[in-house]
Amino acid sequence: MSIIDMKAFSQAAPAETETESAVALRDVDIVFGRSVKAALALSDQGATRQQIRERVDALMGTFKVNLDVKPGEICVLMGLSGSGKSTVLRAINGLNRVARGSVVVRHRGEAVDLTRCNAAMLRDVRLNTVSMVFQQFGLLPWRSVRDNVGFGLELRGVRVAERRRVVDEKLEMVGLADWADKPVQELSGGMQQRVGLARAFATDADILLMDEPFSALDPLIRDKLQDDLLDLQRKLHRTIVFVSHDLGEALKLGNRIAIMDGGHVVQFGTPTDIVLKPANAYVAEFVKHMNPLEVLDSGTVMTPLSALRRDGDTVLLDGSGGVRVSVCVNERPIMAHIGGRQEALGFADTTGACGDPGRVIVAPMTLPLRAAIDLRLRSPYPIVFIDELGRLAGLCDHTEIYRGLLQNNGLPNP
Amino acid sequence: MYDWIVSHKISLGIWLKYGVDFLNRHAQAAFDLTSLVLSAMVQGLTDALLAIPPLALIGVFAAGAYLLHRSVGLALFIVASLLLVVNLGYWEAAIETLSLVVWSTATCVLIGVPVGILAAHRPMLYAVIRPLLDLMQTIPTFVYLIPTLVLFGLGTVPGIISTVIFALPAPIRLTQLGIASVPPSLREAALAYGATRWQMLFKVELPSAMPTILAGITQCIMLSLSMVVIAALVGADGLGKPVVRALNTVNIAMGFEAGLAIVVLAIILDRVCKRPVPRRQRAAR
Repeated sequence: MSIIDMKAFSQAAPAETETESAVALRDVDIVFGRSVKAALALSDQGATRQQIRERVDALMGTFKVNLDVKPGEICVLMGLSGSGKSTVLRAINGLNRVARGSVVVRHRGEAVDLTRCNAAMLRDVRLNTVSMVFQQFGLLPWRSVRDNVGFGLELRGVRVAERRRVVDEKLEMVGLADWADKPVQELSGGMQQRVGLARAFATDADILLMDEPFSALDPLIRDKLQDDLLDLQRKLHRTIVFVSHDLGEALKLGNRIAIMDGGHVVQFGTPTDIVLKPANAYVAEFVKHMNPLEVLDSGTVMTPLSALRRDGDTVLLDGSGGVRVSVCVNERPIMAHIGGRQEALGFADTTGACGDPGRVIVAPMTLPLRAAIDLRLRSPYPIVFIDELGRLAGLCDHTEIYRGLLQNNGLPNP
Repeated sequence: MYDWIVSHKISLGIWLKYGVDFLNRHAQAAFDLTSLVLSAMVQGLTDALLAIPPLALIGVFAAGAYLLHRSVGLALFIVASLLLVVNLGYWEAAIETLSLVVWSTATCVLIGVPVGILAAHRPMLYAVIRPLLDLMQTIPTFVYLIPTLVLFGLGTVPGIISTVIFALPAPIRLTQLGIASVPPSLREAALAYGATRWQMLFKVELPSAMPTILAGITQCIMLSLSMVVIAALVGADGLGKPVVRALNTVNIAMGFEAGLAIVVLAIILDRVCKRPVPRRQRAAR
């Protein structure tokens, strides 16, 4: 399973995201308590959450949060408890009132600002565009599985027959078809959260808000549900805003991660960015405890092509030039040269599966580091990596692997 | 000082009397109408139930209880105990009492549940009515029996009114409790999926509070039943009458038998109302 996948390549420029975002938060301040104005004034003077709470009867939920979530991506809000991640999430469907700033959601093809729209519009957004999955599931315990999944449709006024059709389809999707008529309380925690997922998918909302949906589950079930969510996302391409306090989960699921601390977004970037370039000590503290094998891909640890020695149309893979790869005019690797003999290349796929590990192996640079290590163990030669266009991008040998594991890669960042 | 206090009596009672007199004089029509409607409802239900042969009605009760609870034991108990009531000669009185209890409970639920819901949604309102509810439950029944007697005349109606005053706080309190203790996570989930206020009430709050509300209604029934003897003092028909008569004539046998019939009715109503329809049946709808 690739953790940092293709999205890393297609980082859109900020100017584009402005118009395309499925969800866009602009300078969002959220205040709990009565003295909203006083709290905002203090926050403008740069007071921290603690200082504001001591001086006025208000608690700042967030300070000037900006966030752009592109259609079809999973954006993870990450931070310790109390960092404001759930607060931000709840602003996206209006469960939390925004004191200042705007929350724009793409609804029926138009940008709707939830902080300014009327109650009817807010309801329409909740019915059709934004759905939510809760940490404690939020299922109605007196209802059957089916009636829980159909809850959103029921609120929308969808007729029974149609509702049943959609619900059964979603139950099939999350693997609970046989449980439709069971009371929801008879299900285990993991299954209840599947019901929660099915309920969120049932309204065909484009935007899914997930508030630590897997935190209440035990680790094995959590892992399984994360995989299931990624599988579903590959088919359904929803826009998901996911709250988590677990960096491992964030790195596994997120296309982009916003790290929050004390109501501020301290870093918003791709998983690779977060791991390789933590913005401050707080982020670095999270990253420190990560297992790099779970996070890094080969592309981030390899020695890039520009740093390799070339000899005409061949690229030297080792210092002596005993192992080389010849490339064609558009830089695609064609043939291996081992001690002067020409040999065919072996190709590995994105999971690292390879038919013939005895050859010089060519693999996509999105290959997870773990798979690259496995390949290097089985192959006598360094692994050659290609980019998404098939061009030679770099190589990975023992040195690169060790550097990656120690996370002190003295590499020029691409 | 003491003499002064004693000689300048505050006429609290007189003022209240004037109030009641005023109501009696100027709102007589309204009270008469209420009286007419209530007594017609009680009498109607009593007549309807008495029109059915007792044995057939006992069968119907037992079958209904069985369908509700799937318990053969309960059905057998109902048959046996009601046959005992027939045997003792209190069948008619028992039906009259049942009718009284049914209508006063219905009135309590009709008023109490909506008030309880409002109180749960508006804590300020609940703070205001709470002392009123305490008052309704603690003030001795005989005290308000007198004005109701003046306003509604002798008979079943003042009995019902007094019963309602006494039993009403239970459904209000328990409805309030049930609605106020709906888990916030459920409210939030419903809100997130776009529930309107009414949808929230009927699809989330009421179903979630239903066990508590039903407990309130059961309590209300029991409280109504406990008022049977007092209602009989102002002329309400039913099992209270023989008890009052037995008291006046120091008739131990009669008092015991009528009392037993009341207890039997109470046990049956309690057992039948106690557990609502099992969850599973409702969910599989």
